[in-house]
Amino acid sequence: MITLFYLAGAIAVISTAAVIVQTNIVHALLYLILSLLAVAVVFYVLGAPFAAALEAIVYAGAILVLFLFVIMMLNLGQHTRDQERSWLSARMFVAPGIMSALLLGQFLNVMSQIDQDMTITRVGVMEVSALLFGPYVLAVELASILLLAGLVSAYHLAKK
Amino acid sequence: METIPVEHGLILAGILFCLGLIGVLTRRNIVFVLMSLEVMLNASGLAFIVAATRWGHAEGQVMFLMILTLAAAEVAVGLGLIIQMFRRYQTVDISVLSEMKG
Repeated sequence: MITLFYLAGAIAVISTAAVIVQTNIVHALLYLILSLLAVAVVFYVLGAPFAAALEAIVYAGAILVLFLFVIMMLNLGQHTRDQERSWLSARMFVAPGIMSALLLGQFLNVMSQIDQDMTITRVGVMEVSALLFGPYVLAVELASILLLAGLVSAYHLAKK
Repeated sequence: METIPVEHGLILAGILFCLGLIGVLTRRNIVFVLMSLEVMLNASGLAFIVAATRWGHAEGQVMFLMILTLAAAEVAVGLGLIIQMFRRYQTVDISVLSEMKG
């Protein structure tokens, strides 16, 4: 199980790195699906099977299919791919790469001072739903209102 | 009992977040920017799950559900905006939006 954690983590990092250097948008989308599924495996190893299932269903299933529909609607051809290739030079990555590396270095510095182990205990659907429909029922209602607002505004914005 | 150091999980979340940040800063195609934002949101969800595992609580998973809802709503609105932008400018280049000055 522990090797699975590191393996899935490595796959997630590599495929996410592949997403940000792709020029073909559909290939980037497929790499993103791979990355999300690897993160779902990490969730499962960490003892959160409900979150893992939701990650696979909602992220890799619904949100990425939404992306695919929009890419199909936009129908970006060879022209965009050439343009994308001309934009994506190695020089572009230097400044953001250095800044993000500095941020990550600081983060690693802080993290290296923590020395704690986490014991994997499975927290299943029952515990999560008991919380969701117990003390956090207001948050669930607010989330549903947020989704309704998203639905209405997406309908309005995408309308001709 | 199997144990994983808690910092390894958090470092994985941090690396994924920084990769998403690089994507947001470098890409000029707005669809790629939105995809990188998804990666960043997903990394923050991973940090919540790691914390939930560390303390053995279910609250982290509840918070992850909230992030999932936020990501779904955000991506729906963002893709609607992308469709509208493509209709108006026939491009997905974010620099065409720089003419929108107050």
